Amino acid sequence: MSTETAEVEVVAQKVKEAAEPLFSKRRKRLISDPFSDDNPITVQVLGICSALAVTVQFKPTMIMAIAVVFVIVFSNLITSLMRNAIPNRIRIIVQLAIIATLVTLVSEVLKAYSYDMYKVLGAYVGLIITNCIVMGRLEAYAMGNKPYDAILDGFGSGFGYAWIILVVAFFRELLGGGTVFVGTPLEFDVYGSIGELIGMKLQTNGIMVDSVGAFVILGIIIWIQRTRNGYVEY
Amino acid sequence: MEAFNIAIRGIFIDNMVFAYFLGMCSFLAVSKKVKTAVGLGAAVIFVLTITVPLNWLIQEYVLKEGAMVWMGDDFASVDLTFLQFIIFIAVIAAMVQLVEMIIEKVSPALYGSLGIFLPLIAVNCAILGSSLFMVQRDYSIVEATAFGFGSGTGFFLAIIALAAIREKLKYSDVPNGLKGLGITMIITGLMGLAFKSFIGISF
Repeated sequence: MSTETAEVEVVAQKVKEAAEPLFSKRRKRLISDPFSDDNPITVQVLGICSALAVTVQFKPTMIMAIAVVFVIVFSNLITSLMRNAIPNRIRIIVQLAIIATLVTLVSEVLKAYSYDMYKVLGAYVGLIITNCIVMGRLEAYAMGNKPYDAILDGFGSGFGYAWIILVVAFFRELLGGGTVFVGTPLEFDVYGSIGELIGMKLQTNGIMVDSVGAFVILGIIIWIQRTRNGYVEY
Repeated sequence: MEAFNIAIRGIFIDNMVFAYFLGMCSFLAVSKKVKTAVGLGAAVIFVLTITVPLNWLIQEYVLKEGAMVWMGDDFASVDLTFLQFIIFIAVIAAMVQLVEMIIEKVSPALYGSLGIFLPLIAVNCAILGSSLFMVQRDYSIVEATAFGFGSGTGFFLAIIALAAIREKLKYSDVPNGLKGLGITMIITGLMGLAFKSFIGISF
C-alpha cells in the first residue's frame, strides 16, 4: 500500500469517526457490556480486593462505589488525553501516579465532608489505587482510545463494579444485621418488623457480617449471573 | 515478644486474604497450580518484608506531621501526610521492579511462569494495604517488620492452600455456572471460616 492510499484511509477513518453519533451502538455497548456479559467482577475477576471489605453495610458501600466510579472515569479521561505523551516503558508508573493523585483527592474530600465515612472506610479508600479494575481499564482501554470513549468506558466499568458490590452489601446487611439501608432515608428494620408481626425475636446471622459471608454471597451472585449468561470457565 | 505476636496474628488471625480481602486479584488468578502459587507467595513475602519497614521509615521521618524536624526547626510544622498514597505506591513499584530483576536473573523458569503477575504485585492490594495498616496501627519499626513478614506469610499459606484444593477440584463435578471463580469464592469463604478457629492464639 502506498503512503497516499494510507493517508486517504486515515482521513476516511477520521471522517467516519467524526460522523459517529454521540451515543452510537458501539458506544452504548461500551456502557452496557460491563453490566452483565463483561462484568469486571464476575467475569473478568478484577477488583475483588476492595469490593468485599466495605460491603458490611449499604451506605459505606455506596460511598465506595461513587469514589471508584469517580476515580475510574477521571483516570480514564486523563490517561486518554495524555496517551500520546506517555512513554511506553514507564507507563505503569505514570498510570499509578494519576490514580494515586485522584484517590488522594477523594480521600481528602471524604475527610473534610464526611469524617464518619472516612473512618468506616479506613484504609480501603487508599486501596482504590490498587483496585485492579482501574489499572486494567487504563492499560486495556484508555491508552489506545479517544477521551470521550474512555469516559464512557469508565462509566460502564464503574457501574458494573458498583451494582455487584451494592447487591452484596444489601444481602450482607439484611442477613447479618436484619436491616436494610441503615443511615439512609430508606432505613428499615426488616427482622425487627417481622419479629413484631409474628411475636418472636429473629436471630441474625453473624457469619454474614464476617468476611466469610462476603465470599459466599459473592460466590452465589457469580453463580447466578454466569448461569444466566451461559458463561463457563474451564 | 510483642513483635512475635504481631507476626503470628498476621499469619493466622488477621490473615490478609481471609480477614481483610486484600490481594484477592492475584490470589484468585495465580492459584491454579501449587508451583506458581509458591513462587508468587514467596515474592509477596519478600516484597512485604522490605516495603513495610521502608515505608515506616518514610512515614516517620518525612511524611508525619512534624517528622521533618530533623532538618531544622523551620520544618517542624510541615505535614506531608496527604502525599502518603503516592509515596508509598512509588516505593512499592520500585521494590517490585527490583524483585523482578532479581528473579529474572536467578530463576528464569520461575520468571517465565509468573509472567504478567510479577509486575502486578505492584498493584497487589496486600502490599499497599499492609503499609496503610502499619500507619493506622502505630507500629514501631520492629513491629512493622514483623507485621510485614507475618502478613506476607499469611498470604503465602492462603494461596498455597487454595492452589492445592483447586488442583484436586479439577476432577470434581461442579455445576457449570459455578465452575472457576464461583466455587473458588465459596471455598475461600470456607477456608476463612477454618482460619477463624485460630482467634485467640498468642504467646
